[in-house]
Amino acid sequence: MLRFAGKRALAALLVLFAISVLVFLIFFATPGADPAARIAGRNASQETLQQVRESFGLDKPIYVQYLVMMRHLFVSRDLTSFVNRGSEVLPQVWAAIPVTLSLVIGAAVLWLVLGITMGVIATAARGTAIDPIIMIVGVIGISLPVYWLGEVVNLITQSRLHDSVFSWVPPLGYVPLSDGVGPWALRLFWPWVTLAVLYAGIYARVLRSEMVGAMNEDYIRMARAKGIGEWRVLLRHALRTSLIVIVSLFGLDFGALVGGAALLTEVVFGLQGIGKLTYDSLTNFDLPVILACVLYAAFFVVVANFIVDLVYAWLDPRVRHV
Amino acid sequence: MASLAVLILVVLACLAAPLYAANVAHTDAFASNVNGTYTLNGVTKPVLEASTEGLGLGVNPIGPTWNITTFFLGADNQGRDVFARMLYGGRNSLFIGFVSAVICCVLAGIVGVVAGYFGKGVDAVLSRAMDVLWAFPVLLLAICLSVVLINTTITVGPITLTSSSLLLPILIIGIIYVPYVARPIRGQVMSLREREFVQAAVGAGAADFRLLRRELLPNVLPTLIVFLPLMTAINMLTESALSFLSIGVQPPDASWGTIINDGVGLLYTRPMVAIAPGIMLAITAVALNLLGDGVRDALDPKARLRGSI
Repeated sequence: MLRFAGKRALAALLVLFAISVLVFLIFFATPGADPAARIAGRNASQETLQQVRESFGLDKPIYVQYLVMMRHLFVSRDLTSFVNRGSEVLPQVWAAIPVTLSLVIGAAVLWLVLGITMGVIATAARGTAIDPIIMIVGVIGISLPVYWLGEVVNLITQSRLHDSVFSWVPPLGYVPLSDGVGPWALRLFWPWVTLAVLYAGIYARVLRSEMVGAMNEDYIRMARAKGIGEWRVLLRHALRTSLIVIVSLFGLDFGALVGGAALLTEVVFGLQGIGKLTYDSLTNFDLPVILACVLYAAFFVVVANFIVDLVYAWLDPRVRHV
Repeated sequence: MASLAVLILVVLACLAAPLYAANVAHTDAFASNVNGTYTLNGVTKPVLEASTEGLGLGVNPIGPTWNITTFFLGADNQGRDVFARMLYGGRNSLFIGFVSAVICCVLAGIVGVVAGYFGKGVDAVLSRAMDVLWAFPVLLLAICLSVVLINTTITVGPITLTSSSLLLPILIIGIIYVPYVARPIRGQVMSLREREFVQAAVGAGAADFRLLRRELLPNVLPTLIVFLPLMTAINMLTESALSFLSIGVQPPDASWGTIINDGVGLLYTRPMVAIAPGIMLAITAVALNLLGDGVRDALDPKARLRGSI
């Protein structure tokens, strides 16, 4: 097990390195993507371009630029923004993390509860009309564009019904947890719901599929033969084995979302999280911030992958020898 | 089957966009119409009226008239007919979604089959490349690539891509989802390779290419076909997200995502501009997902027994 973990950790480090190179190449070496031209603005003169190149170190060979940026990011930790010169990048990332974590953790609780409940009920109700109805609801959840759902939620809760039903909905934005759990949760309630809809749909569908498959297995017949009640068979036997798939899905989704994949939700609800930071830095082409954000994102995804691999290997020893 | 019917209806409606704009609504969906007028029930009014709400600042485009011949869903802030634009936008959304799904499935098929069949070094290289793409949150990768590429003109040999080209979002979206399809294909090929009929072909002295083409490809094709509608739905949603962030389809061209983006500025006064394309997007995606389920059940009857997703 330890050897397996070591091998996986090494692979994860390699993937992180490859991603940092990939991002660097996307922004510094793609044809047509001249970072100096972006910084200098449209129709800048050749002298300005030259000045910008020198001042930002963009005239050096590409691998030197890469190494310099990585040293600022990881060793001296004083990487500064290209756009707001002098403002450091890492504090911005640190400030954004609690916002994204609050959003994603709350949404995750919601979608796990919803998704698992829907999946279990649909499995229990196989053969009745309830099962296809729940599955259709799941498909609709998957098919709604998340940013559109967010805008519609804003329209209803902030404008149309704000004076009657939704008068309790506070304005958009984030309030830190230190200001009290109530205001924090109230502000994040609708973002949580919006983000959870998609994943609840996915998890309900996947879980039902797994559980219906599991219900045909021998150990379920065995459990029934022992005289165990149907609900107990469903929850203690079928659900338990089917949850393995959910665990691995959850690891990956959670990692990606904490890494900034909740960008659309954050943009629509005006939450200054990692996704919003990434988006803002992308729109004004602030390369150091982009690099820091994307590496941070990749770090979370790789770590989540790593943990999922370990959990898998722990649950299913056959994987260790692959 | 109902899903297929809905899908065909949506596609036909979008294909009929020029007919609708020219013959029914008599409007140009891409030209600014700030000073335009419209006639309804014999009364002629400007399309953009000075706002009377609040401080009375700015102008309001007309809202939905629910009259199919004049501004059925109202106008956007350029005075353009939203319904006509939505039909035109649907063409781009559907086209980008479908073509990028085809590209994705073809590439994933090649990568998955080659990695699974040749194994060893080839597999290691391809799998690690997939791992790197996989570790990148898809949406972030798409946004990174789009931001860099969208405002530049790229010339590769005889092909020139400008920012107005739909090829750019198609290629970006097509490539980023390759790992999601390639992984299951690779696994399937690896298990197929051990099966008797492949071993028999190897024993009969079949060459690599013949094995790939005659023994393996026909067996992974159903999987790829099942993926096609699902990837079309996912790709359409991704395209719309990119367009919503204004790094997908570029104005004056439209897609459902850009129209939703146009509608955000009018959200509290003329919500229909943002709501309508989102509903079209959701209906199409639901139909595609259900179609994918149906295709899977048809091609692999065992899936129904195992319980379909």
